[in-house]
Amino acid sequence: MAKITFTQHNGTEIETNGIPGMTVMETAIKNQVPGIDADCGGACACATCHVYVEAEWMDKVGARNPMEEDMLDFAFDVRPESRLSCQIKVSDALDGLRVRVPEKQF
Amino acid sequence: MAEHFETDAVIIGAGPCGIFSVFELGLLDIRCHVIDILDRAGGQCAELYPEKPIYDIPALPIVTGAELTQRLLEQAKPFKAEFHYNQMVTELAKQPDGRFLVKTDGELSFLSKIVVVAAGGGSFQPKKPPIPGIEAYEAKSVYYSVKKMETFRGRDVLIVGGGDSALDWTLNLQPLAKSLTLLHRRDEFRAAPDSVNKMRELVAAGKMQLKIGQVTGLKGENGVLSAATVKGGDGSVFDVTTNAMLPFFGLTMKLGPVAEWGLNLHENLVKVDTEKFETSTPGIFAVGDINSYPGKVKLILSGFHEAALMAQEAFHHINPGQRLVFQYTTSSTNLQKKLGVV
Repeated sequence: MAKITFTQHNGTEIETNGIPGMTVMETAIKNQVPGIDADCGGACACATCHVYVEAEWMDKVGARNPMEEDMLDFAFDVRPESRLSCQIKVSDALDGLRVRVPEKQF
Repeated sequence: MAEHFETDAVIIGAGPCGIFSVFELGLLDIRCHVIDILDRAGGQCAELYPEKPIYDIPALPIVTGAELTQRLLEQAKPFKAEFHYNQMVTELAKQPDGRFLVKTDGELSFLSKIVVVAAGGGSFQPKKPPIPGIEAYEAKSVYYSVKKMETFRGRDVLIVGGGDSALDWTLNLQPLAKSLTLLHRRDEFRAAPDSVNKMRELVAAGKMQLKIGQVTGLKGENGVLSAATVKGGDGSVFDVTTNAMLPFFGLTMKLGPVAEWGLNLHENLVKVDTEKFETSTPGIFAVGDINSYPGKVKLILSGFHEAALMAQEAFHHINPGQRLVFQYTTSSTNLQKKLGVV
């Protein structure tokens, strides 16, 4: 288990237990985290599972992949810490991960 | 251009389940018109994942969305359905004679004996970026598609995005516009390399501007835009003068007009029974991702099964009192004739 915390736009925090091997997006959906729409179901084809990774976790989470970089063109307010949560695999190394959910996935 | 059609069946949605409905209805001599909001067949397979492999289509261990669509179209070809693209169905209403009147935003109308809603996740519509206050400019200054190029003649056009729509319209509108700026969040483009090269040549020749950044706010009054405030890739904030902005952020699925047709819904999905896949209105059916019933699994293969059962009841609805003899394509000369293989 890896604890993953989703901070809503209004500051509410939702703590979840991520299962290694699943994605951060799947963890959010399973725990009904508001603001993660994941329209395409994890195919990296919609950019509606956009999250901001908290600064202290950026290194551990790693860099965007090229397909994800392209898809982020469809997201709004993309920042250096932007990731698509369907492209982040949960692992023991990410135990304690904190991400922020944008106001809207649009 | 306004056109009217009379037919046996109207299928709303040209995704895999809509196309397979043509096949199943065709085997029972039911002629179809298919309507889709996209400019081509395939639905989500065409729009969301044309090149991504699907692994759970029976007998096809691996197939892309585009290839599956092509194969389904080929399979349905003998039944000569007419496909109408770039059309959103806006109205669906039962007529006094029991048929259904279907109207589209492109002024097409259909009188049909049955209707099959195969609308997947709803209709694909342009994504509207959540820039504060953008709605106020939508009638006069912000456009999500180009309906008439003339709209943009002599204006200060700002195009936002980095895909083919953004680049194609940059190249097409540049000669008409008073000024044209392309804004993208990074100096890399998903669009066809040829379009990107042409755009860069125009920039080098001083005929248009390319800016890197994201729109954060809009300025203007009475619905008329005067400038977009942009946060640059380097963190700087600047204004781009514009009175016609075109944001191209791809498409999203919205239930859209389906909600207004008087059908019983459950969590934005159309409720059907699992014997006939008929909605709360007899004669209107729903197959594929758009429908809802206990145990529903949103898989393409579920939609195929639903289409086969739907077609049986559609036959009885269209031919009341007539007996339907069940036949196999492997052994029935009758069916093989319809398929054009004997």
